[in-house]
Formats: sequence, structure tokens, C-alpha cells
Amino acid sequence: MFAQVMRWLGSQGAGTAFRLAPVLLIVVGLFGTGLVAAFVESISTPDAGALTGRYYLGVARDGEFWVSLTLTLWVAMASTAIATAAGVALALLLSQLATRQGLAYALMQFPLAVPHLAMAFVVLLLIAPSGWIARFGAAVGWISQPADFPALVYDRYGIGIILAYAAKEIPFLAIVTTALLVRIGPEYARVAATLGASRWQRLRYVTLPMLAPGIVSASLMVFAFVFAAFETPFLLGRPYPAMLSVVAERRYLSLDLNDRPDAIAWALVMTGLAAVTVQAYLALSRRVEGRGRPVVF
Amino acid sequence: MRAVRAHSLARLLAATTVAALAIVPIALLAIASVGRHWYWPSLVPTEWSLRGWDYLLSDGAGVGAALGRSLGIAAAVALIAVAAALPAARVLAFEEFRGKRLLLFALLLPVLTPPLAAAMGVHAVFLRAGLADSVVGVTLVHLIPAVPYATLMLTGSFANFDRTLEDQARTLGATPWAVWTRVTLPILLPGIIVAATFAFLISWSQYLLTLIIGGGRVITLPLLLVAFQRAGDDAVGAAMALVFIAPTLVLFALVARHMKEL
Repeated sequence: MFAQVMRWLGSQGAGTAFRLAPVLLIVVGLFGTGLVAAFVESISTPDAGALTGRYYLGVARDGEFWVSLTLTLWVAMASTAIATAAGVALALLLSQLATRQGLAYALMQFPLAVPHLAMAFVVLLLIAPSGWIARFGAAVGWISQPADFPALVYDRYGIGIILAYAAKEIPFLAIVTTALLVRIGPEYARVAATLGASRWQRLRYVTLPMLAPGIVSASLMVFAFVFAAFETPFLLGRPYPAMLSVVAERRYLSLDLNDRPDAIAWALVMTGLAAVTVQAYLALSRRVEGRGRPVVF
Repeated sequence: MRAVRAHSLARLLAATTVAALAIVPIALLAIASVGRHWYWPSLVPTEWSLRGWDYLLSDGAGVGAALGRSLGIAAAVALIAVAAALPAARVLAFEEFRGKRLLLFALLLPVLTPPLAAAMGVHAVFLRAGLADSVVGVTLVHLIPAVPYATLMLTGSFANFDRTLEDQARTLGATPWAVWTRVTLPILLPGIIVAATFAFLISWSQYLLTLIIGGGRVITLPLLLVAFQRAGDDAVGAAMALVFIAPTLVLFALVARHMKEL
């Protein structure tokens, strides 16, 4: 049986559709069905007797939606900007490291392996008003009590959420950039050097432009991840304003079943907004690779 | 001279950042997990105890069962994801067909868009099919992000794979089975291992999908972690977080050398 499956995998003859079938079963059969079922529920009246747009109108008229959307976009943009700037800088500096480069790259993969829930807990231990950084501040005499410490968790602006994402996504961007650097190779920068370009000029006019497309698509991935974020804002955010996923989940699991179609409409609006990002990502990676292959790693 | 010093300072900063990102989380969790009292403003716990670990290891905490359940679900997800992704990734890497762009878009959607809407729809379907609140249902819903992710990663592996090697083996009389086991599989193995690792990690970290489809009745480690954190006992929460992280760290340590080859 196993051998047969393997033989089938290796054969060129099996039809395209046949080999795509298992993946299609998940993507269309499960994900697609889920979306359609959700959509049907979001446009049906409670007795399922008629079509209605009231839940979408409700989302549009809901003040909390716009507050939540603003916070979500802010957190996603801030996390993406920090992760991109710091991640690229980190990769560039590490590529200059004379020794221990292998160790540095191995260490960098650590945060990738730490799930968001655990990272959020670490961030909490670090930056809560009685967290380790506040204690350090007290030890060196900056503050005298926890209340003196700025509110970095459960705060209005999602600072704790942004920091937790930075800790996870800076290494991600650094790893992607490192892979891109290896792919580019040192030759172009060397040519520029022989032509008299300074270190800064080589970075500005040779290396960064060649890295740019790959970096932008990795940044868009981070943006999409943070936009969809649930676990981190669930642990580090405040109830209001809360990020989009957190509110949708709260309403979906609320005891009032009338909240459900409303939560579903809310979640579908999120999916629509995120789909636009994905479309941008695809258009971009198509330009990068020229063959329609998205840069995943 | 000053420029040189500034440069090595920047490198030192980079090295420190990497070390901090990697080591601080683990160290902090380890210290918090053995703190009995950790009063403000002490930098380390004022009293140490293994209370957090004792509680975690006690039968009442239910960690053993949740650990087994999480491992089983994540292993199944990794296995199914790679098995489903391999044939599709080969097609995506080498063949042109109608609707390929649409398929790529459809693969990216579950990876990059919030899983919430689809999960709510799947929940409604599973409620009718009797799959809600079950381990099977939870495993199936974890496949939604894991399978497309593995497919996209393996498509990248196949794109770097030189198919003429297979032709050479075939010309030399290798059977399809021999071509697969002696040529294709060994070359693709690093990519397969990394894809399986990420599929495992996606399932392992999943809180929201497990909560919605499992209805709070399928208890995995992330659900316990949130429960312990909400309970406000840092020692138990930190110990739980370490138990949660340990398997993924071991897994990453084992596969780290394959990641560079991507």
C-alpha cells in the first residue's frame, strides 16, 4: 500500500487534477465550504426564511467596528514597520559578523519556535507594571513604585501587542533577508566597491534595491499575520478598544445567540479586507519571481 | 578609527539583540516558574519553590492528557499536510494549467487571512455532521491553515529541484519506485522536514480554532496555558509555558540545519 502510494507520487502520468485533489479537498472542501456556510448565515434572517443585509449594515454602523479597525491597522502597521526595519538591519549586521555567524543564525530561529501565546506571556512578565523591566527601573532608581511605570500592557495603543509581535517577527524578517542576501551573492557589491562606491553607497544603491522586492513581500506577510492576530491581543490587549479578531470571537461565543450572525458578518468583512492584502502580495511576488511563484521563505 | 569602532559596536548590538531575543524568554519563564514569592521590587524571586511544577505535574492539572492530545493532533496534521501537499506542490512547481493563479490565491487565503470566518462556517457544518467538540473535528480544522502552508513551502522546494536527475535515473533503468526513493525523496527531504515542522507548529500553537470547533471540550495545551494565565498564578503559568515551548524548541533544534538550505 505504502509503496503504491509512493509510486503514484513519483509517476508523471497521474492527472494534474488527481494530484491536486487532496489539497483541493482541504482548501475548497473545508475552507471554501466554511466561508460559504458563514456567508449564508450572515445574510439570512434568524428563521432562515429570507435574505437580509442587516448584519453588514450593523457592522458598518457599529462604532466599535471602526475603533477596532483603526486599532488593528495601527498595530499591524507599527509591528510591520518595526519588524522590517530592525529585521533587515539585523540581517545586514550579522552578515558582517566575522565569527559565530552560524550560532547567531541558529539563535535567531529560536523565537520562530516560540508560539504567540507563550511569547505574549513572556512580554507580560517583562513589561507589566510590576514586570522585570519595571523592577530593573526601580533597582537603578528610575521609578519607585509600579504605578510610575508607563502602561505598556492592556493599554489604549496596543504597545504590548506591538512589542510581542516585534519579538516574533524581527527574527522572521532577519531570516528572510539573510536568505535573500545569500541568493544575491556578494559579487554586485564587490563590483561597486571596485568602482569606488563607499560602504553606504553600496548598501543604498546596490544591496537594498536588490533586497527590496523580497523584503516587501515578507513585510506584507507580517502585516497580514498581525491583522488576523488573535492570541497576542487576547492576552495583552484591553477589552475596549480591542483588535478585530478579539471582538469577533467574543461576540461569536457570547451567550446571546443573536450575536452570532453579527460576529460572522464582522469576521467576513475582516476576511475581505485581508484578501485585498493577499492580492497585493501575489501581484508583488509575481513581479519578483516573474513566474507566479510566491516567496514563502 | 571612530568609524571602525562605531561599526563593531553596531555588530555587538546585533549579536546582543539576537542573544536577547533567543535567551530572555526562556530564562525569564524558567525563573518565574520556580518563584514562590516574587515581591516588588526584587529582581529575582524572594523565595524559591517547585510549587508551580508540582501543581503542573499533579493529576488534577490535566497536563499529561492535554500534552498527549496536542502531540497527537499536531503529528496527524503534520503527516496529512505533507502527504497532501507533496503531489500538489509538484504540479504547482512544474506544470502550467488553467486556473493556476486562482489556485495560488486560494492557497494563500487560508494562510494569510483571519481563519475566524471560515472556522465559524465550518463550526456550523460540523455541528450538523457531529464533528463539533471532537478531536477529529479539531484536527480537520487545523488542516485549513497547515495544508496550504505546507503546499506553498514544498512548491518552493520543487522549484529548486532539477527534474533531469530523475530522467537520468530512469535512463539508467531505475523503476519509478527507485527514482522516488533514491533520487527525488533524498533531495527533497530537507524541504519536507521543514514543511512538516511548520505544519506541526501551526497546529501546536492553535488556540482560536481549537476553542471554536472543540467547543472548550477538546482541551489542548494552548487552552490550558490560557486558563492558567487567566488564573493569575505566574509560577504555574510560566511552568506551563515552558512545557508548551519545549517540544517546539527541540523540534526546531533538530531541523535547524535543514532550514539554511531553503
